[in-house]
Amino acid sequence: MPKPENLTRRALLTRGLGAAAVTLNARGVFGQDAPPADTTSRAGRGPSALGGRSPAEQPKRLPSPTSSRTPLQDLHGTITPADLHYERHHAGVPVVDPRSYRLLVHGMVDRPLTFTLDDLKRFPATTRTCFLECSGNFVPQGEQTTPQQLCGLTSQSEWTGVMLSTVFREAGVRPQATWFLAEGQDAAVLSRSIPIAKAMDDAMLVYAQNGEALRPEQGYPVRLLLPGWEGNASVKWLRRLDLADQPFMTREETSKYTDPLADGTARQFSFVMDARSIITSPAYPNTIDKGWTEIRGIAWSGRGLIRRVEVSTDSGKTWKEAVLQQPVLPKAHTRFRFLWQWDGRPTQILSRAIDETGYTQPEWPALSRARGRRTRYHLNPVTGWTVAADGTVRFGIERVRA
Amino acid sequence: MTRVIMSVGVTFVLVALARAQAPPQRFGIGTPAPRETIAALDIDVRPDGTGLPPGSGTTREGGDIYARRCAACHGANGEGGSAEALVGAEPRTTAPFGPDYEHWRGDRPDVPFTIGNYWPYATTIFDYVRRAMPANAPGTLTANETYSLVAWLLSKNGIIADSALVDAETLPRVVMPARARFAPDNRAGGRDVR
Repeated sequence: MPKPENLTRRALLTRGLGAAAVTLNARGVFGQDAPPADTTSRAGRGPSALGGRSPAEQPKRLPSPTSSRTPLQDLHGTITPADLHYERHHAGVPVVDPRSYRLLVHGMVDRPLTFTLDDLKRFPATTRTCFLECSGNFVPQGEQTTPQQLCGLTSQSEWTGVMLSTVFREAGVRPQATWFLAEGQDAAVLSRSIPIAKAMDDAMLVYAQNGEALRPEQGYPVRLLLPGWEGNASVKWLRRLDLADQPFMTREETSKYTDPLADGTARQFSFVMDARSIITSPAYPNTIDKGWTEIRGIAWSGRGLIRRVEVSTDSGKTWKEAVLQQPVLPKAHTRFRFLWQWDGRPTQILSRAIDETGYTQPEWPALSRARGRRTRYHLNPVTGWTVAADGTVRFGIERVRA
Repeated sequence: MTRVIMSVGVTFVLVALARAQAPPQRFGIGTPAPRETIAALDIDVRPDGTGLPPGSGTTREGGDIYARRCAACHGANGEGGSAEALVGAEPRTTAPFGPDYEHWRGDRPDVPFTIGNYWPYATTIFDYVRRAMPANAPGTLTANETYSLVAWLLSKNGIIADSALVDAETLPRVVMPARARFAPDNRAGGRDVR
């Protein structure tokens, strides 16, 4: 790797390999409070009650009226800092007092029970790392689309809470119960029907995220967590679980979050997020230099482990296997990396994920044939970034157009 | 000698097992929920009508309530507002997607997905309006007001007669045009793209 002094500032700001070695003009990053260049001549700031980011690092979510997106291109590992976790809510973020918080479990149970936050924390705890993703996470907006704009409605946390099966055993699930309603205490009183089988498999009631209490945007003080399933079903600000022998057919599982397909049927309860990958670097608006670039990105599957990620650097003609960062966890963002020596000729770089079921992330034509023109959810096509002769990188919009 | 070593080994195993406490079937955590606590929170309405409250509504009353509480966002006649369209009976012969729709549409612009052409259950309208609408004051509509709004929405979409009375008896019997279209998830991983 060349020394930073030998690189232009533009290259440092934009190229993938240079990202770790950026030495920015101090005044540009710190504004009027530019520190002296020599940090060794005077002691620095002492210990503080709460840490913060370097003023040189300003990752931001991208908010809209109903959601905010994670800056995937600014992240390096697989954990999303909690303040950058994506948001999607239907009537704003409620302010819930943890002291008066109650969760009601009722319906087809032997013992209807209410739980305080402390009650839930008394149960044996489990910690699990998994992704969340909104099923509407695909917004191509032309060549000037960033990874954040395209699919920033996915994030990953280390979640801690109690297995839902433990809480259900406490209430005594009756044999005829097959579904339960999960209901939030936001102003939309958002509700979804979930099969009891998911509760007995890997569903959790979580109260912690990346080691601390949930953020309000992620459902403080308690949310449902359904690993691998569309984010909407992991109901936040959870107040009630109602067990029944049929789904409730709420608005969010009938008129929304259903998939009108090419054959004229509407797919319902399409919970699982299919395997997907995205190159996050280099991507729009980066510029790369001839020579070595490490292609980096994330892959994930709601069905379990990512088995393999393949990368093409010749517009999809040939594919090679990327290196997966270990450990690879089921239903979790998996970081992949692929070393590439760019020869300076225009091309397109692509990635595709293969999961443990043998599912291969589809190209847009195959996906579009199966789904039809009017489907809005669960779109996970292979996406690419077009590299021009001058090194500028743009989103390959033509690959995902009908 | 061998026997001594074996018995030491067995002792170790027993000590280890004794330390790892097996979880009980129940922990005795949580407070029994009284009937009134449940009733105050249990607002869901199911397709078979379970959960629908006493009361009733009519299209005429619904029109008045709609004009006052809903039209500002959803448009005077359930379409053309800043919020999503609620009324749209077209296409009357098919759903707003699939091969029949593409044939029906020809070169015309797409129609929106609405209560009339996509929502599979009429009970969902009551459930959703009661829990989340109007967006600027959710939870403020009475049961009769909610029934009346549901009546107005169903009649505007050409699904029930203007004169129909909507209540806990009649609402679950309403057959929505798109009902038969809905099918469970048929994806299962593997090689198929579905």
